[in-house]
Amino acid sequence: MSLLLILLIVLPLAASVIIMLGAAPRIVALGTAILNLLISVVLFARYDLTTGGWQFVSEWKILPQLGINMTLGADGLTLTMLLLATLVTLSALWIAPKIDKREGVYHICLLFISAGVIGAFASLDVLFLYSFHELALIPTFIMIGVWGSGDRQAAAWKATIYLGLGSFILLIGLLALYLSIPAASRTLDLRQLDQMAAAGTFHPSSLIYLILLVGFGSLVSLFPFHSWAPPAYACAPAPTAMMHAGVLKKFGLYGLIRIALPLFPDAMHEFNGLLLLLVIGNILYIGYVTVAQKRLDWTIGYSSVMHMGYIFLGLASLNIIGVNGAMILMFAHGLSVAAAFALCGELRRRTGTLDYSELGGIAKAMPILGLLFGFAAMASVGLPGFANFAGEILIFFGATSYGPAMILPVIVGVWGVVISAIYMLRAYRSTFWGPMNARWDSLTDITATARWSVILLLVPLMVVGFYPQFLVKMVTTAIPR
Amino acid sequence: MNSLFLEIAVVLLGIILLLVEAFCDRSNKNYLAYLGAAGLAGVLALSFLPQNAPLPDSSEAAFIVSDILSVFFVRFLLIATIVTLLMIPGYRTVLERYLPSERVGGGIGEFAILPLFVCAGLMWMVSTVDFIMIFVSLELATITLYVLVTYLRQNTASLEAGTKFLILGALSTGFIVYGIAWIFGVTGTTNILALPDAISALPESSLYALLFGIAMMLVALSFKTGAFPFQFWIPDVYQGAPTPITSYLSVASKAAGFVVLIRFLLSLETIPVLANKLNAVLTLLAALTLIFGNFAAIPQTNFKRLLGYSSVAHAGYLLMGIASLASLMAIPAIGFYFAAYLAMTTLSFVVLQAVSEATGGDEISRFNGLSKRSPFLAGAMLLSAASLAGIPFTAGFIGKLLIFEVALKQGHYGLVILGCVTVAAGFYYYFKVIRAMYWQQPSEETSIPVSATTKLLIFVLGAGILIFGIYPTPLLAALR
Repeated sequence: MSLLLILLIVLPLAASVIIMLGAAPRIVALGTAILNLLISVVLFARYDLTTGGWQFVSEWKILPQLGINMTLGADGLTLTMLLLATLVTLSALWIAPKIDKREGVYHICLLFISAGVIGAFASLDVLFLYSFHELALIPTFIMIGVWGSGDRQAAAWKATIYLGLGSFILLIGLLALYLSIPAASRTLDLRQLDQMAAAGTFHPSSLIYLILLVGFGSLVSLFPFHSWAPPAYACAPAPTAMMHAGVLKKFGLYGLIRIALPLFPDAMHEFNGLLLLLVIGNILYIGYVTVAQKRLDWTIGYSSVMHMGYIFLGLASLNIIGVNGAMILMFAHGLSVAAAFALCGELRRRTGTLDYSELGGIAKAMPILGLLFGFAAMASVGLPGFANFAGEILIFFGATSYGPAMILPVIVGVWGVVISAIYMLRAYRSTFWGPMNARWDSLTDITATARWSVILLLVPLMVVGFYPQFLVKMVTTAIPR
Repeated sequence: MNSLFLEIAVVLLGIILLLVEAFCDRSNKNYLAYLGAAGLAGVLALSFLPQNAPLPDSSEAAFIVSDILSVFFVRFLLIATIVTLLMIPGYRTVLERYLPSERVGGGIGEFAILPLFVCAGLMWMVSTVDFIMIFVSLELATITLYVLVTYLRQNTASLEAGTKFLILGALSTGFIVYGIAWIFGVTGTTNILALPDAISALPESSLYALLFGIAMMLVALSFKTGAFPFQFWIPDVYQGAPTPITSYLSVASKAAGFVVLIRFLLSLETIPVLANKLNAVLTLLAALTLIFGNFAAIPQTNFKRLLGYSSVAHAGYLLMGIASLASLMAIPAIGFYFAAYLAMTTLSFVVLQAVSEATGGDEISRFNGLSKRSPFLAGAMLLSAASLAGIPFTAGFIGKLLIFEVALKQGHYGLVILGCVTVAAGFYYYFKVIRAMYWQQPSEETSIPVSATTKLLIFVLGAGILIFGIYPTPLLAALR
C-alpha cells in the first residue's frame, strides 16, 4: 500500500490547519506546494509502464455495507493530471500577490481547491471522485466573491449555481448508474465497473450516458452550458482562475474518460452525432464570440471555453489516437491557460484595466510580461513546439479515422485554429503593440517571482511539445482496451 | 437496572435543582445550567450500564420496550438536552432584558431547569409502546415547552410564538386523543405491538373506522415532526422562541415525534392491506414536505426563520427514510441522519446565538463580514452550513446518502430525484449565509467575544460533523 497519494491530499489540508493555528500563510502554503510537486514527480517517475494499469493503490473502508471505500490509485492519466494540478498549484500560490485582507483564508481556500482536485483525480471510487470535486466548490465561491474584481458577486453566484446544478445532475446520473448494476455486485469501484463492462455482465441504459454528459459537460463548459465560465474567470483573482480553468475544469473531462468511455461505448456511438453538434457549437460559435470580445480577460475566458471543444472532439473520435490527443490537450491547455490568466492578473494589478481600447504598446513598458504572454498565446493557438500542437494534431488524426461523420467537425476544427489565431494575435496586438498610452509610462515590469512562476508552467509545455512521446505512452495506459 | 430508571433519574435531578435554585445563592444562576448538564452527563453514563429488559410476561412489558431505537434515542435526547443547557448561560443577557425584574435574577433559574422535564418526557416517549403512555409523556414534554417558548414574557415575538404553539399544540393533542379513541374503539387495544394481531382479526367492514383513526394519528404526528401540511406553525414559533429552546424544539422534540411515528408504522406495515395505503400517503407527505421546506426557505432573510424552514426540509429527507421503513437499513439511516442533524443544527444555533448577542438581531444581514469580526465563528458556521447543504466529507452528506440509498432500494426513484433537486435549492439558501459572512462588509469592525463554554460546544459539535462525515461506521454499528 503506497501512502504517497493520500499524502498529496492530506498535505494541503494539514497546511490549512497549520495556517488556521497562526503560522505564516505564504511560507506554509508554498512549502506544501513544492513538496506536493516533488511527490507527484516521484510518482510520475516511478510508474511502471511495462505493467501499466492501476498502481500505488491504497484503500480505506468507509461504508462497507454499501460497497463504498476510499480507494486511491493512479495510472498514467491520473499521474499526468496530478502533475498538472501540483504544477499549477505551485505557480498560483507563488504568483499570488501580497494580500491585505484575510491572507490566511486566501491561502486556505487555494489549498482546499488543490486538495479537492488532487483527491478527485486520485480516487478510484466514483463517490469520492465526485465528493472531492465538491470540496473545491465552496473555496472557489468564496475567493471570487471576496478577492475578485468587477461584478464579482454576480459572477460567483452564476458560476456556483451552474456548477452546483451540474454536480447534482451528475449525482443523479451516478445514482442511476449505481442502481443499474445488478444488486448482488453493486460497487462504485472503477476497477470493478471496468471489469464488469469488459466481461459484458453490465449494460447500463444509454440514457444514463446523456445525464452524465450534461452533468460533466456543464462542469467543463460544454456548449450550451458554458455561460458561467467567462464572467467567472474574468472576475476571479488570478490564482483562482488559474486553478479553476487550468485544473478543476478538467475534472469533467476526466470523469467522462473514466466513466463514460469504458462503461458506455455503445451509447457514445449512438449519441455521437449530438456530441459533435455541441462540439461544433463550442468551436465555431464560441470561437466567433471570442473574436468579438473587447477585454483581454474575457478573450482568454472564452478561448478556454472554445478549446474544450477540441478535447471533446478527441473524445468523440472514440479511438486511441483521438483520446490520447484529448488527454495531451487537457494537460497542455491546463498549463497554457493558467499561464495566460497569471499574466492577465499581473497586468490588471498594474493597469487596473484590461480593456483593449485603453491598452496598447504595453510591451515597451513591460517587455518580459509581453514576451511571456507571447509564449502563452502561441501555445494556446497550438503553434508547433508546444504541447497544445501535439494534442490537437493527434485529435485531428484520430477524428479523421473515425469515419465520414467527422468530415464537418474536422473542417470546423481546422477553421477553429484559424479563428483562435485571429483572436489571440488581435489580443496580443491590441495589448502589447502599437502606440502606448502615455499613462502607462511609469509601469514596472513583472517581478522575478512572477516571471519564474510562469516559466514553471511554460517549460513543461515546450518539453512535451518537442518530445510528446513519453506523455503519450503515459496517458495511453488509461485507455480501455 | 430497571427500565424507566433513567427517566426517573432525570426527573429527580430536575426536582433537586429546583430546590437548589430556591434555597441557594440568587445572584448568579449560571451554575444551575452547568449542574443540570453535569447531572445529565451522569445519566448518560448510566445509560451505558447493562439494563434489564422488562420480563415478557410482566405488566411493565405492556408499556415499556428496550430496543435499539429506544436506547439510541434516549442517549440522543440526553446529549441534545446537555447541549441546550450549555447554551443557556450565553443567553442570560437576553433573559434579563425581557424578564420582569422585581427581584435579582428572578425567573432565570427555572429556564435552565425546565428543559430537564421536557427531556424526561421525551425519553419516556421514545421508550414506550402504549398509546396512553405516549399521550401522557407527550403532554409532560409539550406543556413544559409551552412555558419555555413564551419565557420572554416582555417580548411580543416570544408571546406570539407561545400563543401559536399553545393553540396548535392543543389542536394536535386533540387529534392524537381522537385518533387513539378510534383505534381503541375498533381494535380494543392501546398497545402498538398488539395492533397487528387485533387488526387481522377484524371484519372488513371496520377497516374504514380504523383508517380514520390512523389518519388522525398521522395528522397529529405530522404536527410534531413538522411534516407538510402541518408545518405552518414552525417558522413563527422558531423565530419567536428563545434561541436555545428553538434549537431544542427543532432537534429533540422532532426526534421523539419521529420515533413514535416509526414505532406506529413498523407495527402497521406488517399488515399488507394497510402497508400499500400507508406507503402512498407517506411518499406524498415526504415529497410535499421536501418541496415546501426547501422552496419556502429560499426567500427568507431572517436566519432563525430560515432554520425553521430548513428543519421542515430535513423532516422531508427523514420522511423519505420513513417511507422506506421496509428496508432493514432504514432505521440506521434515520438514526444517523438525526445524529448529523443534531450536530449541524445545534452548531448553527450556537453560532447564531453568539452573533445575535453581539449584533442584536437574527437577520442574515447580521452575519455580514463575520469572517472579519470572528473568523472562528464564521468557520464554524461555514462547516455547519456545508453539512446542512450536504457537501461531501460532512455528516450531513453521509446522512443524505444513506437515506437516498434506502429510498432507492425501496424503489422510490421519484423521491430521490426530487431529493436531488431540493438539495440544489438547499445549496442556494445555505450559501446565502456563507455569502454574507465572507463577501459583505461588516457594519462594525469590533470582534465578537466567544465564551469558553461556547467555544467548547463549537469544537465538539464541529468535530462530530467532520468525524461522522469521514468515518461513519462506528455510529452506524451502534444502530444495528
